[in-house]
Amino acid sequence: MIKLEQIHKSYAVGKGKLHVLKGVDLHIKQGEMVSIMGSSGSGKSTMLNVLGLLDIHDEGKYYLNGELIQKMSEAKAAELRNHTLGFVFQSFNLISFKNALENVALPLYYRGVKRSKRNKIAMEYLDKVGLKDWAHHMPNELSGGQKQRVAIARALITDPKVIFADEPTGALDSKTTDEVMDVLKQINAEGKTIVLVTHEHDIGGMSDRTIMLKDGVIEKIIDNRQN
Amino acid sequence: MKLIDIDVWQEIFNTIRKNKLRTILTGFSVAVGIFMLVILLGSSRGLKNGVENTFSTEASNSMTVSGWRTTKAYKGQNSGRRIRVNKKDFRSLGKRIEQIEAIAGRTYIPGDESISYKTQFGSFTARPVHAAYKNLIKYTLLKGRMMNTEDEKELRKIAVIEDKVEESLFKGEDPIGKYIEINNTKFKVVGVYKSAGQNEGNRGTIYIPITVGELLYNTKGDMLEIGFTLGNVTLGASMKIEDKVQSLLAKSHNFDPEDKSALWIDNNIEQTKDFVQTFGAIESGIWFIGVFTLILGVIGVFNIMLIVVKERTKEIGVRKALGATPYSIVRLILLESIFITAVSGYVGLIMGVGVLELVGRFDIIAKLSSDVAMFFIDPQVDMGVAITATIILVITGAIAGFIPARKAAKIKPVDALRDE
Repeated sequence: MIKLEQIHKSYAVGKGKLHVLKGVDLHIKQGEMVSIMGSSGSGKSTMLNVLGLLDIHDEGKYYLNGELIQKMSEAKAAELRNHTLGFVFQSFNLISFKNALENVALPLYYRGVKRSKRNKIAMEYLDKVGLKDWAHHMPNELSGGQKQRVAIARALITDPKVIFADEPTGALDSKTTDEVMDVLKQINAEGKTIVLVTHEHDIGGMSDRTIMLKDGVIEKIIDNRQN
Repeated sequence: MKLIDIDVWQEIFNTIRKNKLRTILTGFSVAVGIFMLVILLGSSRGLKNGVENTFSTEASNSMTVSGWRTTKAYKGQNSGRRIRVNKKDFRSLGKRIEQIEAIAGRTYIPGDESISYKTQFGSFTARPVHAAYKNLIKYTLLKGRMMNTEDEKELRKIAVIEDKVEESLFKGEDPIGKYIEINNTKFKVVGVYKSAGQNEGNRGTIYIPITVGELLYNTKGDMLEIGFTLGNVTLGASMKIEDKVQSLLAKSHNFDPEDKSALWIDNNIEQTKDFVQTFGAIESGIWFIGVFTLILGVIGVFNIMLIVVKERTKEIGVRKALGATPYSIVRLILLESIFITAVSGYVGLIMGVGVLELVGRFDIIAKLSSDVAMFFIDPQVDMGVAITATIILVITGAIAGFIPARKAAKIKPVDALRDE
């Protein structure tokens, strides 16, 4: 599903250059749930941005779903994101003036789906994350765990190949963390590839494999399934 | 571009609703801009109408010539000699100046005029004129008819009177067919007219056929004034005609052609052009002020849209992550900007036109000061200007929104989504 070959990425910092990813090789298979861990500055967020087409790598080859990712137009990137990827963020990033249902339906709007149809689909996904009764609540009326579940429903609605989750439980307490992880595991069980960035070892431990990043290279890969 | 997209509009209304005060303040500056533009243009129109109405009682393409006094000695003639135009001049001008459309002379009644109807007396001006004189004045016929050439030829003792004369002599009686007395001669009233200008000093004018005047008062062919209208001539052409009149009459009356005081030539074309130019200048000044007021309003919108984009950076990043194209983001910001300017501009337009309408309808200026009201008639903005202003608004709204929208479209989701 995802194949990285010698990926490099650097950022301009003042006059100099900050070399963040220094040749990453990685292969994530379809249906896998992989966590990326590392201390801050290890390049884990950059890696997620490159994987999620939110940023473009400088060197190396990146195959997503068999397609070689190269420099492309914004519109093309937008389309690819819309059709193949789903995002879940630490701070939920729900749009504050839209209710839960409208937030979930938004990706379908950008796909050009009619209003009544996308609201119907959005309701199904809200039901799936157990928030059918909260469909018409505004984000500020929801708890953190509920917001994250809405965000997950939003990431799922386009039926993407891969879900990227950036610290999905970072802003949640332990009880809601479990709720959210249960939902993610359930999605994974249904066949979706999930890539999640976290700094919590117990969260990382719930994935199939944990990729430990250090100073822009993969330090080691832990297979959690053997334990 | 899909304009009627309920989702786009819903989002625009949502942001506006969330930021009511900000939107209202932004819109206010645009509304004030348009309001001022409309009021200023309307006022200048009113002023123009007023001045035009007050000062131009004569046809705008006419010229009148009357004799004056020489200031130069010429060929044995002393300076200070009185010049009087006459019948001969009337004929020669009519013949020699080909641009003339209508020409008419006016004589005078020597001594005091005593004018009466039955027991009513009044002090009016009686003018013996050619029938064509009606082309030189601005008037509306209220009753009966104006004078014609038959009256002239047949020496009919008829009179056409101004409405003021009718008012003071007839007291509601129908004047047509009645006889008034001018210096003990009876004249049959055939028409009543209303003068276009507001000539406060004039108590009322009565026109009688010039031939009758000559016969009765023995004016020996002398004329007080010769007037003529010209076709559609330019200002330059009218000045040349002035020169021609001067040289023709200099020859026949034997005065220095350079002596400008010998004749009094009143060129209405010159006056009209001056007038048009003056008001043209005032109007462009007003557009200048109005447009700059508008620009201030537009800068306000521009500013606010920049802030809107800044505030919504994160939201825009999220949208992009979810698959929003740059185009859809541009559309979102641009439409909001156009919407704010168009709606508030429209409000300003309606208010401006409304105020002008109220001022016009209830004669508010006349109530405040009747002196001013004389120079201020029917202040209105024509629909063309109003529509132009609205189009300008939509365009400016688009311009004001364009740079912020481009900025928004360039936002990188990565930058927007950073959790700080």
